[in-house]
Amino acid sequence: MYEMLTGPFFWISMLVFWIGLLVRAILYIRGLDWQLDRVAYRAHPKIGAKFALRSIGFWLLPFGTQGWKKQPYMTVAFFLFHVGAVLVPLFLIAHNIFLENKIGFSLFTMDQGVADFLTWAVILGTILLILRRIALPEVRILTTAYDYMILVISVAPFITGLIARYHIGDYHFWLMVHIFCGELLLILTPFTKLSHIILFFMSRAQLGMDYGIKRGGMKGEGMAW
Amino acid sequence: MPEGTLCNRKPIQTEADLKRLLSDTGGKEYYRQMKELDIDSDALWNTIQKTCKSRIRTWLEICAHCGMCADSCFIYLVNDRDPTQVPAYKIQSTLGEVIKRKGRVNNAFMHMAMETAWAKCTCCNRCGMYCPHGIDMGVMFGYLRGLLYSQGFVPWELKIGAGMHRVYRAQMDVTEEDWVETCEWMVSENEEELPGLSIPVDKENADILYTVNAREVKHYPEDLAEAAILFHIAGENWTVTSKGWEQTSLAMFAGDWEACKLQVNGVYDAMERLKPKRMIGTECGHAHRATVVEGPYWAGRKDGLPPVKCMHYVEWVAEALRTGKLKIDPAKRIKEPVTIQDSCNYIRNHGLKDITREIVSYIVEPGYFVDMTPNREHNYCCGGGGGFNGISLYRHQRNRALMTKRDQIMSTGASLVIAPCHNCWDAIRDLEEEYKIGIRWSFLKPLLIKMVEIPEHLLPTE
Repeated sequence: MYEMLTGPFFWISMLVFWIGLLVRAILYIRGLDWQLDRVAYRAHPKIGAKFALRSIGFWLLPFGTQGWKKQPYMTVAFFLFHVGAVLVPLFLIAHNIFLENKIGFSLFTMDQGVADFLTWAVILGTILLILRRIALPEVRILTTAYDYMILVISVAPFITGLIARYHIGDYHFWLMVHIFCGELLLILTPFTKLSHIILFFMSRAQLGMDYGIKRGGMKGEGMAW
Repeated sequence: MPEGTLCNRKPIQTEADLKRLLSDTGGKEYYRQMKELDIDSDALWNTIQKTCKSRIRTWLEICAHCGMCADSCFIYLVNDRDPTQVPAYKIQSTLGEVIKRKGRVNNAFMHMAMETAWAKCTCCNRCGMYCPHGIDMGVMFGYLRGLLYSQGFVPWELKIGAGMHRVYRAQMDVTEEDWVETCEWMVSENEEELPGLSIPVDKENADILYTVNAREVKHYPEDLAEAAILFHIAGENWTVTSKGWEQTSLAMFAGDWEACKLQVNGVYDAMERLKPKRMIGTECGHAHRATVVEGPYWAGRKDGLPPVKCMHYVEWVAEALRTGKLKIDPAKRIKEPVTIQDSCNYIRNHGLKDITREIVSYIVEPGYFVDMTPNREHNYCCGGGGGFNGISLYRHQRNRALMTKRDQIMSTGASLVIAPCHNCWDAIRDLEEEYKIGIRWSFLKPLLIKMVEIPEHLLPTE
């Protein structure tokens, strides 16, 4: 089983994830239409790029926008969740040892204590996000079972990873469950809302270009997100 | 039942059609027929497949249902945080559903979608600034309006408005002759006090081509006179055009994209024919949005820009005051608590937030200006934008929406509101009528006329 999960399934999940996201990005760009979207994307590349980067950058900063400032609870929950969810899988020592052995390549690694902290933050963030979905009427009306499924799929690798990391129960079993959950997440990403991993950047860049090229960017007065 | 005689999927094409629809007072028969109007699901789905591309599809797909847009929407807030007023809910339950059902929706659904598109969203685009994914629901509601219009589900006044543009190339039944005569009339009314005052028509190569809102011509021509007087005092080399003089577009509010194109092409033709250095439009927000910001795309201009440089009236006023073309008598500056309304269409959606404050710095005595909260690109819609003001069917909802601006104005303590936008001006007038909070409201032109210094050589000789 372990050989299967770290062999063919590892490769399949990696290919589906990376190629899938690349295809989503290409399809997104190909589906942009200057006249229907009413944004002259090609005509003003410089101001477009500047506003695209600003639009992404400010929203990546905790409390960097009016939206984040207005909703501190959401900001905390969101960043607790996303910082760990992005950094831990990439820079965990164990992941990189595995990568080194598998393909002879690894990335910078983070201190194990930091990784533990960030993983707990992901779990705490998930709990806060779920509480918010239940408590606020304006979020409840939007929430569907699918939204909870996405949260479960996203957090499962972190919970199972912690169980294995602390050797609770059968280490080997939980390690396999962890790898399975991680690979499942990678495989589902391009086909679900998890595609926002790439489409967040696309969509933010698009609106940034819209404001830069068409809605006042050339007036030189900036735009406070 | 198939299409009705008044309510149908065909746009207004002739003056006779228009008059027939106008004679149906309040749209009574029109709305009765709408209750029986069938949906052409194939055509609807076909249009969606052709025009709903990756931007909107991605927005609908990746919406995280986080509800961060809720608090950004003044209509949600002013309706006691009714969850069905959350922007994401409003768009997912209308446009999202039409797409999910591949256009197979019924008459009751279309009525619900129409009310949502025109009475629960003013297309102010504020929610787009508060969504982490950058999902602009105002843009999507604009798109939805187009789909609804194509199926005949559009408020009566806006079907008429779009028809006006198709028949008269103006939002009201003002003909070319009416327009030119009004210009002449306004000159004759004022030339005694200002000898040499003129409204040059169809002058080529002028520095400024001035375009207006048909309502000014029809209902308050003194606005046109004031514009002429201010250009005259500033010594501008300006002109108006006999054809393509109307800058507004109720077709944009209606979602009649074909009429939008017809309308804006008329204005662009005038620019190309008269070759002015630049075009300046009157104190109207949506007119600027339609002709300067969105218009180039309807007209198929790949650079996204109009044929000549275009400015909103506030940009010209700021420039004239900055360069001294217009001089303000310091003794006549505004000396009462005053605030300014930021029009969504050229502040949030065309970046002119600092320009209007620069004007304030010249015309208001220091210490008297109080900004609303929130303001600039984060300001709330006046409550009547996107056509909301003009739709009698939704008057009740509109009056409720006005409460946001009422409370914003009241907390500034201002007794005067400067509103350089027709829609905002109307909304503020209506909120004063409805709620009587004791304020006055004004465009910039009448305020400037009262305080500008007239150079001696322009005054009549004894």
